[in-house]
Amino acid sequence: MDAPTVVAPTMKGTALAYVRTAPAAAISPPTATVGVLAWFRERLFSSIGSTLMTIVIVLLLIWSVPSLIDFLIVNATWTGSDREACLPSQVRPEVGACWPFIGDRLAYITYGSYPIALRWRVDTFFAMLTFGTAWLLWLDAPRRDIGAIYFFVVLPVASFMLLHGFAPLGLAIVDTALWGGMMVTIVVAAVGIVTSLPVGIVLALGRRSEMPAVRLLCTLFIEIVRGVPLITVLFMASVMLPLFLPDTWSPDKLMRALVGVALFSSAYMAEVVRAGLQSIPKGQYDAAHALGLSYLQTLRLIILPQALTVTIPNIVNSYIALFKDTTLVFFVGIFDFLKTIEAARADPKWATSVTSATGYIFAALVYFVFCYAMSRYANRIEKRLAAGENR
Amino acid sequence: MSVSAAPISDTPAVEIIGLHKWFGEFHVLADINLEVGRGERIVICGPSGSGKSTLLRCINRLEDFQRGAIVVDGMQLTQDIRRIDAVRREIGMVFQQFNLFPHLTVLENCTLAPIQVRGMPKGEAEQRAMRFLERVKIPEQAGKYPNQLSGGQQQRVAIARALCMSPKLMMFDEPTSALDPEMVKEVLDTMVALALDGMTMLVVTHEMTFARQVANRMVFMDAGQIIEVNAPASFFANPQHERTKLFLSQILN
Repeated sequence: MDAPTVVAPTMKGTALAYVRTAPAAAISPPTATVGVLAWFRERLFSSIGSTLMTIVIVLLLIWSVPSLIDFLIVNATWTGSDREACLPSQVRPEVGACWPFIGDRLAYITYGSYPIALRWRVDTFFAMLTFGTAWLLWLDAPRRDIGAIYFFVVLPVASFMLLHGFAPLGLAIVDTALWGGMMVTIVVAAVGIVTSLPVGIVLALGRRSEMPAVRLLCTLFIEIVRGVPLITVLFMASVMLPLFLPDTWSPDKLMRALVGVALFSSAYMAEVVRAGLQSIPKGQYDAAHALGLSYLQTLRLIILPQALTVTIPNIVNSYIALFKDTTLVFFVGIFDFLKTIEAARADPKWATSVTSATGYIFAALVYFVFCYAMSRYANRIEKRLAAGENR
Repeated sequence: MSVSAAPISDTPAVEIIGLHKWFGEFHVLADINLEVGRGERIVICGPSGSGKSTLLRCINRLEDFQRGAIVVDGMQLTQDIRRIDAVRREIGMVFQQFNLFPHLTVLENCTLAPIQVRGMPKGEAEQRAMRFLERVKIPEQAGKYPNQLSGGQQQRVAIARALCMSPKLMMFDEPTSALDPEMVKEVLDTMVALALDGMTMLVVTHEMTFARQVANRMVFMDAGQIIEVNAPASFFANPQHERTKLFLSQILN
């Protein structure tokens, strides 16, 4: 390679500097720091500790993964119409998951005892919910303001009419005692999600209010609800709510649980939103007020858009927690997804040694898929926000 | 270059009478009396903590005060929130930290208040905003977000944003203090141009060259009080008060 060109001193006799006239040629990095081998060395075997850790984890995987795969796939039963298919025999001493059981009871696990002829209404509800969720989650979707109105106003009303029934439209009433399965889990989670954000925002603003009475009320509500377990709130809602209300007005069991879940999730959401509000610098309020924007305009146009955007990952995290917490409604006698699996696995038609395991694994998979999807979404938003800092 | 003398008019732009303010026990503003004539340009200076910013923030009621009166364009500030909003509409304010809205583009920053507060149609608001962005010499940045701009550019957007509301008075709260040195000039040039157009201005700044060039009157504050009010020429050449002399000797060296 050529030596860098040296420029002769320019000013009368005194050498001021040696200046490079051509850029230095790029040199490829030492081979030990790139490539597959280097990656392994750096990430897995960089020290004794990390080497030990690698070995332990590999052993754990060797011990657990093959037996799981054996149970879920290799030894699993895929076809059959009753328990006979899933019993061990001479030919097949090792029996894995009994998938025909899930297939057979899938309708029950999805709709509970909802009348078969009316299940199209539930399907319509699922479709409308999926549409609304997609509209709201896709940040670059057109007219997300209409999407928000659809999700927070139209959808709840339409869902109630579809699922519960609405006589003027010729939709027969279906008693909530017949509701069950995935449908109930989604209804409970959706009610929690849809109410908790607006109510949480109001509570968070109330807690930061300059009016002492409002502040006290909101703080008391948030702290009391956050200070007790969800199951307590549910018991209170299902046992104590009827005591406060006149007999003729007595809300049904599911309604009581929904109120409990909504109150509970709102209190948590209030704290999440409050953290977001606190991240907005005071200068934003100053600038908005100095321009003559009113309190409500400042909130709607300046503060909330910024506060909620930075809070999206945390909001989604509380939705994940809420989705899993819905299983607790089972304790106040509501047939949610988990409870229908509980009921289905006790069915003598499918009584085998692997039925329970199959049911629970299926439940775990379903919860995992929902929660992991939410978590990935929050993750993507977080990355996007980090990139957006510089815009 | 020096900007011509202020035109005289009967109702002053701002009248501050016997203003007192306390932060808890701390007396931040003590018996402030000041009248700002229409078209007048006043530069307020003084050591940090002397209450200069607080005084500005009282005038558009970003800060409450306990005693005295402030009359803006003939409207006296009261607790009435509608009156406060009406006063704020007439005063443009530029902050040390720019305080642009980061979730809105430069153009949206400028059109938000005219549309929401003045009820101006969107098309008209955008045309006006572009005119003011041209005046602060950054029309090509209209589609960008504030964080994509340099500090000097952001501050010029903040000036354009305030101008879009057609304020009768512009207040500047140390507009160049948060800027890198090479960006100070572009912001000061914008402010000088504004002064040449006859805008009434209240400026808190330590840029004394700017003050000499633009101010009709200099106000020196210390410890929450107005110590000295004087024409710029005599203020710099022949300060009356010991504390003014001390302050000037510190910042002019």
